[in-house]
Amino acid sequence: MKYRVLALACSALLLSAGETVAEVPSVIAIRGARIVTVSGPVIARGAVILRDGLIEAVGDAQPPPGAWIIDGEGLTVYPGLLDALSTLGLPDTPSLNGTGRPNATRPQGAPPAVPRGPEDRPLNTSYLRAADELSPTDRRLEAARNAGFTGAVTFPTQGVFAGLGAVIDLAGKRPGQMVVQSPAGLYLTTHSGGFGSGYPSSLMGVIAYIRQIYLDAGQYKTAKAIYAAHPKGLKRPGYDKWLEGVLEAPRVLLPARDPKEMERMLRLGEELNLKVLLYGLAEGFRAPEILKNRNAQVLVNLRWPEKPRAADPEAEETLRDLETRDLAPSTPAALVKAGVKFAFYAGALEKPSDVAPAIRRAMNAGLSHDNAVRALTLNVAELYGVSDRLGSVEKGKIANLVVTRGDLFRDKTEVKYVFVDGIKYEPAAEAPAPAPEVTR
Amino acid sequence: MTKLPWAALAAGITLAAAPPIVIQNARVLTVTRGAFTGAVIVKDGKIAEAAEKVMIPPGARVIDAGGQYLMPGIIDCHSHIAADSINEGAASVSSMVGIEDVLNPDDISIYRALAGGVTTANILHGSANSIGGKCTVIKTRWGKDADGLKFEGAMPGIKFALGENPKRQGMDDGPAGSRRNLRYPGTRMGVEDVIREAFTEAKAYQARWKEYEAGKARGETLIPPRRDLKLEPLVEVLEGKRFVHAHCYRADEILMLLRVADEFGFKIRTLQHVLEGYKVAREIAAHGAGASTFSDWWSYKVEAYDAIPYNAAIMVRKGVLVSLNSDSGELMRRLNTEAAKTMKYGGLTETEALSLITINPAKQLKIDDRVGSIEVGKDADLVLFDKHPLSSYAKVQKVFIDGVVYFDRDKDLSERRLLELNKRKLLEKEKQSAPQQKKQDRRPQ
Repeated sequence: MKYRVLALACSALLLSAGETVAEVPSVIAIRGARIVTVSGPVIARGAVILRDGLIEAVGDAQPPPGAWIIDGEGLTVYPGLLDALSTLGLPDTPSLNGTGRPNATRPQGAPPAVPRGPEDRPLNTSYLRAADELSPTDRRLEAARNAGFTGAVTFPTQGVFAGLGAVIDLAGKRPGQMVVQSPAGLYLTTHSGGFGSGYPSSLMGVIAYIRQIYLDAGQYKTAKAIYAAHPKGLKRPGYDKWLEGVLEAPRVLLPARDPKEMERMLRLGEELNLKVLLYGLAEGFRAPEILKNRNAQVLVNLRWPEKPRAADPEAEETLRDLETRDLAPSTPAALVKAGVKFAFYAGALEKPSDVAPAIRRAMNAGLSHDNAVRALTLNVAELYGVSDRLGSVEKGKIANLVVTRGDLFRDKTEVKYVFVDGIKYEPAAEAPAPAPEVTR
Repeated sequence: MTKLPWAALAAGITLAAAPPIVIQNARVLTVTRGAFTGAVIVKDGKIAEAAEKVMIPPGARVIDAGGQYLMPGIIDCHSHIAADSINEGAASVSSMVGIEDVLNPDDISIYRALAGGVTTANILHGSANSIGGKCTVIKTRWGKDADGLKFEGAMPGIKFALGENPKRQGMDDGPAGSRRNLRYPGTRMGVEDVIREAFTEAKAYQARWKEYEAGKARGETLIPPRRDLKLEPLVEVLEGKRFVHAHCYRADEILMLLRVADEFGFKIRTLQHVLEGYKVAREIAAHGAGASTFSDWWSYKVEAYDAIPYNAAIMVRKGVLVSLNSDSGELMRRLNTEAAKTMKYGGLTETEALSLITINPAKQLKIDDRVGSIEVGKDADLVLFDKHPLSSYAKVQKVFIDGVVYFDRDKDLSERRLLELNKRKLLEKEKQSAPQQKKQDRRPQ
């Protein structure tokens, strides 16, 4: 018990003001609360028992002796929200604000300054692991928890082959304790270096580059297997850390904003035999059937398109742009209707408190509350293959919960408690929003 | 695709088993079979009949084109529309990239070209590279997705470029006002060298794979060679499976390229721009290369100073297969008047002039079995003009691709008001909701 008190003091030091101290009893029982399990029906009134960071029981269970009791009267328990694509826990990684460009500085051992072809492995840090770069002191973690988030899938974001992401919990004493699953996928962008920066300098260059890298990776795998079986008399294939990273990824995230890009990227994925998660989808409402027909799985950006801030007031906007701004929030409802599996991501929003208003816009455009919750919980877990551990209030899963007064995403809803790995966090009522960490 | 108003212009809606269409009383300019006043019957996307007198099939949709002119859809052998990127300028051999990967079916230039009577276009990579990217032949099927644009079955192509464009890429400001060349080559000699080196590499690559296949056939344990997307298209060129479309201006360079091609054993399918082609027309004809040029566009760079408007006509008379191209989304809308200029400069006949934008580019792209003239069995890609297409007063009335109306002038004009109305409504809606959002933002957090 002394150890626990010490740990309590330590986490108190780690946490900044505005969020009360995390408590670490080994058994917690939330009693008399409404429980939105997501995986099953809503329990109008019941208990959730948490033991040693896991969910021990859900429903009409009795609190075991010695448990810390939390009165859930008038509260609702949800699975903790999961951000399907973010940079949380990676304070040195540029945010996903949609305009991110690779930094001028390159990581050590990077290719020559002006790459001339795929052989130079330009804009490629496929070997970089989010799990290795995590920082539990990233101050954005607290803001995310205050908005109900307990987990995220977090990625390096620079370059074309940005790196390997990890499913993480949004709290932990040490970086390693935050990791739930690594690698979770490889994050790709189509940001070329632009003119004068070397290969690839165009969209088609980027696509050709991606294709060549996957062909190389296939050949590398074959060559290594043949060599391993017959090392005598064969020339040794060289070690290639970029291809190692590519081969390790269980899935690939590819960008797609509109139907044209959806088809383009899904075709590329089929051609290269990749398991693809499309991300973006602002104009998904235009042709959800493309996604359905190709069995696509998608991550929808909660940052709905806005009028460019520095727009030329004289410039005439196209009907298409106006329509996109008007109808982008109807994408989630259109996906539900078409039967396309999707999750939301908040990584491109300026701050986690922008999530609820963004969800409300999607709900005004036809998305049900249930589906909205699902797209930030169980669907995220399922799309990343961790639904055996995360995404719902179920016995045996990781004790990540958000407890609210009022329905999630409502204007006046109060996030009462957040549990991460069974540890309780309590957002302060008037926590000042942290400065947005968006690079522009 | 979608029922939204922006797509209302997308007239191309294919119906299963569409009824036959009869375009009658038109002056039909077949290009390959003379001209007559009569009718064309379209069935299942193909030209089923073209004659002075026809039997109207039961259930046919009849279009009375009295006083109007029907010609085959215009073909542009050199265009850069409908693609999200054009140049991969970082390498002087960028054969690994291809337009097919970045086709943009939403580019409004497609609709504009269509409205100018263009039904087929060769979408080329840019001219920043000695050996550029792969090209794609499309039909201007506005409203279709990227796959729906592709001219199915057309021979694949690749862009080459000679002269100023490939040699001046990647310049930047060096110290004290000087200019630095960041990318080889920096001279015309260098361009030749880059092409030679690339094909030497391609031959070695081809040999490496043959050797591997042979070894494998003998049952040896071998690690397969790496597939190289840069060299694969060049091997296809060597094997005659991919056409070379080479951007060029000067006579000396044209001869250089023909010599290099002869030496390595491949053909140049078309010389593009080829403004000094008239100086070496016999040599071009002897190689069997086609020429795709401008009507009267020159002096926009030093190497275009020796261009003359008689270029197309002279090359035609010397036995070169000639077409006129646009290289521009704007010029593309009026290739018919470009063709007409060759009657003034060089005295081509009406049919010869029309050939430059129909059957000749079809032959250059080897799609003349499908398009390029009004003949029974060919694709029903047709343009209806209100006046003779070689008149500068002629306006496109209707355009058919595969027998489907993709452009209708009356429909376009009548829909403009609706589009404008929708736009104003959305602007108004956005204005209404803007102040509310601001209020929300001011809420204490």
